[in-house]
Amino acid sequence: MAHSSQPSSFRNPAVRWIDRRLPLFTMMNKEYGEFPTPRNFNYLWSFGGIAMLMLVLMILTGVFLAMNYTAHTEHAFGSVERIMRDVNGGWLLRYLHMNGASFFFIAVYIHMFRGLYYGSYKAPRELLWQLGVVIFLLMMATAFMGYVLPWGQMSYWGAQVITGLFSAIPWIGDSIQTWLLGGPTVDNPTLNRFYALHFLLPFVIFGVVILHVAALHITGSNNPTGIEPKGPEDTVPFHPYYTTKDFFAVVVFMLFFALFVFFAPNFMGHPDNYIPANPLQTPAHIVPEWYFLPFYAMLRAIDFDFLFITAKFGGFIVMFASIILLFFLPWLDTSKVRSTRYRPVYRWFFLLLLADVIVLGYMGSQPAEGINVVIAQLATAYYFFHFLILLPLLGKFERPLPLPRSIAESVLARNGGGRAPSAEAAAKPESKA
Amino acid sequence: MADTTHNGSDGHDAEGGTRRDFLYLAAGAVGAVGLGFVAWPFIDSMNPAADTLALSSIDVDTGPIEEGQGITVMWQGKPVFLRRRTAMEIEEARSVDLDELRDPQPDEARVIEDDMLVVVGVCTHLGCIPLGQRQTEPRGDYGGYFCPCHGSHYDTSGRIRRGPAPTNLPVPPYEYTDETRIRIG
Repeated sequence: MAHSSQPSSFRNPAVRWIDRRLPLFTMMNKEYGEFPTPRNFNYLWSFGGIAMLMLVLMILTGVFLAMNYTAHTEHAFGSVERIMRDVNGGWLLRYLHMNGASFFFIAVYIHMFRGLYYGSYKAPRELLWQLGVVIFLLMMATAFMGYVLPWGQMSYWGAQVITGLFSAIPWIGDSIQTWLLGGPTVDNPTLNRFYALHFLLPFVIFGVVILHVAALHITGSNNPTGIEPKGPEDTVPFHPYYTTKDFFAVVVFMLFFALFVFFAPNFMGHPDNYIPANPLQTPAHIVPEWYFLPFYAMLRAIDFDFLFITAKFGGFIVMFASIILLFFLPWLDTSKVRSTRYRPVYRWFFLLLLADVIVLGYMGSQPAEGINVVIAQLATAYYFFHFLILLPLLGKFERPLPLPRSIAESVLARNGGGRAPSAEAAAKPESKA
Repeated sequence: MADTTHNGSDGHDAEGGTRRDFLYLAAGAVGAVGLGFVAWPFIDSMNPAADTLALSSIDVDTGPIEEGQGITVMWQGKPVFLRRRTAMEIEEARSVDLDELRDPQPDEARVIEDDMLVVVGVCTHLGCIPLGQRQTEPRGDYGGYFCPCHGSHYDTSGRIRRGPAPTNLPVPPYEYTDETRIRIG
């Protein structure tokens, strides 16, 4: 194999030495320095980077928490309280980790809804989207197992409920459940293996994130118009434009994060989890953390048998199906237009979906009685209608708004321009035509 | 091309430096301070926690200890030697010329009651537990303690006399709570 002799374009001799042998610096410069990025990103595009930052934060706080946590039913709860009270800065590590999980999901949900609105899942970005769904699934598994570790009442009973679902699978369900638990019920073997897996999965997530970003860099980013860049007038180099923009977004995000960590650290949690787990006493209302509520609502909405499928199994199927269908989204949506900005009819349905998910979330937090069940069922029905019926049909019948000719044109039109984009030398200080 | 704006009013430019250079430097410095603030809780969390540090006190009744007998108790994870010294051992400890000692300390400064020696039983060289508490164990050339790992000899006051250890066996903080009981720590 020949010397890969891209002459290294760096001046520092140490940098050149490394770069010739492992082109890290060239790669960083190419992927995060010069990378042509659409010039019209709004702040919704900052959340991918924010999510990456949250992943790193979760891993760092997690590793330091792991230095003091004991994964045994006798000691787990106490070890967490010791972290809170005796370990220097332990309270901060714990609250960062706990609220970090919530904010990680906030960032990822915004990131996903951005993808839905602007059609970022459409060709050629289908695999990018699917890798994202994989990351989402891994995050859910990691968060679920992490919540069990403090071994509070909600930890224990949440684990009991969700692992109990697996017994709904016909024929093999009970065996699977016993295998998952390591015993007849949630107990020490379950806690131990959840700890091991909770430690492992974030690194798997990290790996998939690398694939996700690699896939993104092959196709390039989508943008609010949904139109691909046609030339250098449509893009700016990632650095300094989006490094600075993302930095600002990170600061604002961290401000809200800090608000919760320092002034309302238990707001998003459930007080019952400060009660040590008691296998003989079920809490009045078992609820998962807020980011699982929409799915929890769908699970409980199926309270009727259908043919040979029990209500329990039906709920299980519906809950998983709601995420699995996301894998097929690129093909479910038949519209030739990417961005909802130019799809006036779809926009209403998108807002309806957003409202629907929020309603589902609220329903997930309420007892499954009376009118709540009906609302949850309607909301679940709309969710599946939206993805399985509306998206395939609407694309064929909707008349979209006229698309701009290029990104540059749409940007300049907004700013009351009309000048030819190619004349704007001042806007691109590092242009390398 | 980079602008070379010499902003005269702030007067921070180095020879041939630019405003941009100043901004990079200032931002970098603030960033480094910020990084320090972020890193500190993580690093500090590895320091001993409050419960580890909590000066655990133990009470020991020295009444049953007979003359010439030693007992060993655990305190903060380390062994503490208590020894009721014989008159000869006290005499030996007192008659040493301080100039001969590597770590000069008069015996009077190392005990409260003359006949009760209380020292931490960890060799000040590399941390082995010296021998000498039991009657069957060698006591070294100075009649006190002998560390088998590298041959440190301690005298009847627990002071280093020969061998690689740099300092005397430390005396832990303790006080008599009554005639015979002491509280260590």
